[in-house]
Amino acid sequence: MIRNHQDLERLREQGHKSLWPDRGKIVVGTASCGLAAGSRAVARKLDQAAREYELDQEVSGTGCLGFCSQEPLVEVRRADGLRVVYPQVDEARAEELAAGLAQGDLSPELAMCRWREASHPTTRYELAAEEIPLQQQIGFYRRQQRVVLRNCGLIDPGSVAEYVSCGGYSGLLATLSTDPENIVETVSRAGLRGRGGAGFPTGRKWGFTRQEPGTRKCVICNADEGDPGAYMDRSILEGDPHAVIEGMAIGAYAIGADEGYIYVRAEYPLAVQRIQEALDQAEELGLLGEGILGSDFSFRLQVKTGAGAFVCGEETALIASIEGRRGMPRPRPPFPAQSGLWGRPTNVNNVETWANVPPILSRGAEWFAETGTSGSSGTKVFSLVGKIKNSGLVEVPMGITIRELVYEVGGGTPDGGRCKAVQTGGPSGGCIPESLFDTPIDFDSLREVGAMMGSGGLVVLGESACMVDMARYFLKFTQGESCGQCPGCRLGTKRMLEILIRITEGRGQEEDLLLLEELATGVREASLCGLGRTAPNPVLTTLRYFKHEYETHVRDRRCPAGVCRALVVYHIDPERCLGCGACRAACPQGAISGEPKKPHTIDPQRCVRCGSCIEACLVEAVKPG
Amino acid sequence: MVEALRSEARLFRDLPAEHEATLIPSLQQLQKEYGYLPPDELQRVAAELGIPHSRVHGVASFYSQFTDTPRGKHTVQVCLGTACHVGGGKGIRDALTQVLGIRPGETTPDGAITLEEVHCLGCCSLAPVIVVDGVAYGRNDRKKALHTLLECCDQESPGS
Repeated sequence: MIRNHQDLERLREQGHKSLWPDRGKIVVGTASCGLAAGSRAVARKLDQAAREYELDQEVSGTGCLGFCSQEPLVEVRRADGLRVVYPQVDEARAEELAAGLAQGDLSPELAMCRWREASHPTTRYELAAEEIPLQQQIGFYRRQQRVVLRNCGLIDPGSVAEYVSCGGYSGLLATLSTDPENIVETVSRAGLRGRGGAGFPTGRKWGFTRQEPGTRKCVICNADEGDPGAYMDRSILEGDPHAVIEGMAIGAYAIGADEGYIYVRAEYPLAVQRIQEALDQAEELGLLGEGILGSDFSFRLQVKTGAGAFVCGEETALIASIEGRRGMPRPRPPFPAQSGLWGRPTNVNNVETWANVPPILSRGAEWFAETGTSGSSGTKVFSLVGKIKNSGLVEVPMGITIRELVYEVGGGTPDGGRCKAVQTGGPSGGCIPESLFDTPIDFDSLREVGAMMGSGGLVVLGESACMVDMARYFLKFTQGESCGQCPGCRLGTKRMLEILIRITEGRGQEEDLLLLEELATGVREASLCGLGRTAPNPVLTTLRYFKHEYETHVRDRRCPAGVCRALVVYHIDPERCLGCGACRAACPQGAISGEPKKPHTIDPQRCVRCGSCIEACLVEAVKPG
Repeated sequence: MVEALRSEARLFRDLPAEHEATLIPSLQQLQKEYGYLPPDELQRVAAELGIPHSRVHGVASFYSQFTDTPRGKHTVQVCLGTACHVGGGKGIRDALTQVLGIRPGETTPDGAITLEEVHCLGCCSLAPVIVVDGVAYGRNDRKKALHTLLECCDQESPGS
């Protein structure tokens, strides 16, 4: 049991030893993205090789280092603070790495970067490491500032001791001897705004729930991260679950809540498992439950698993879902702060917001507010994905421009081609064209250009993306996820989707564009919750910035990007075609014919435009047009 | 005045009993156990919680995790989140639809494979992603996806 500062200090020492063991350790990224890239097999191989080569280092797992496109990532760590990270480690490379380590060789040619200046530059290890660039020297990490992701990829998420050794639970300890009112005031002064999308000031929100009468109050962590293209919440829960627990305990103390729920979406089984394990540990150590850390503050926390409904990310729908009902939003007021879960005053924040709380308490509001802009302080985690070279989770100060994020951190498109737009904020956000890439990323600037921060998904779109198709994609999503209770959303999104399908199938009319805009306004104004109110954003922004693409679809019956199947005819460039027959073999329709070593042709009548031939072609001779 | 309004508003919310919170976890347990929600079991859950069957059915049909038909031995999910959509997830779905002869949400007649679409599994950097029996595989194209599925079907599933 941890009851006081001394107990916490003992746990910290224990954690330090396991984080930086004298013999060093080999750490494998085993968050969902690492696992999908095959890190389970790599960890197994490393474990086996470590025994074979009689290496001192043990092999253990950690969360996400952020550079997901380089997964599986493996790190070799030494007691003196040197961390060397290796990208794209497959089983063969793991073997090679282990063989090198057995000889005292860090295999610098395989390394991506080292994480910190070595403190003793005399040993053979550090000399070998000097060739390896420092983390802040490589583009992907140079602009990053890891506050929320501070422990992801460093600690073993299953070890509370390692979390404590990185300063964990010291914020909670300090909180418990402070007046709750002061905690609310500190969070307000830090300028923390909700990271779930709307950007509401967190301190004010806490204050509302605190002021409400009632002896039983709740805090909820919204981990129903539904925006396709955003996955920072998953990564935090998988890589640093105690940060969320500590943040919630601090919030509960400030608000006067005695119970809490973490609502995780069903699609994140590993996150559910890790947060549950962390909860059990915290309870065992007296960091949750009755009389936390020797104080008279009690707080119980439970995990609830979602059942697959995007709309449950809306706070009143989420509450209904925990209560065991259909996840349908209800009108506000009463706000959850007044009448939330079972009528109790309830405060809902998302994962990233809660994870920001412990450092504010342990390092101070002023420290937090130093980063970012005046209206949006702190950092924000983005998932930088799509047509981008360095894709992954990046944490940057608020106020960085889209251009800096895409080109400096992201390294531009993989083929060096033009980047057409970024899509931010998922189905509630919009597409921002390249001409507006100098817009700073903060809550207010993004809203001004018609998009929104959302939870931080940032999908980069290249020339091969069709903006009408993007609008159709998001509308199909929101239409399918609409809970159906208000006609504006239920019928409006359906009609809008029908029009978009018509346009992408080459049956669009000129007046459809006007009708789309009119419907968009109607849906926005007549919907009850955020899902419906923001559903038109992807359509409105693409209409605003990419009207010419809609016009080409409607007037010329052509899809310039070659995405909308009904408007595309595939052909094979006879200049490029080698006549290898790969496309002919791949075609499920038998639509391709040609003599070996002579240019092939596609029969447009039989072609279903599935794209198999494009994927199969070795010389990019098949083109949609 | 505002205070009076507020307490009125609170009264007008119809609040469920706290024990009804176990409804969704019970359904999740059934879905896990049977691979679908058998009608008899739904009746039983309704009786146990003392709520109308219609409420149980309402909840069961609202959430996409619950199905009223048995699932196949293996489940393949194709991610169609934004990054996977841009990266070609649709092509993989179409290939699987064609090869398996079923639409998303359906199970092959022999009960071997269920095909599903999902929206974002949070592995966007490895798009397009497919999940076979709960294990995610990244960086797919049609060929790799089909091979992965085949391999998983060839292996005996760990539970059996």
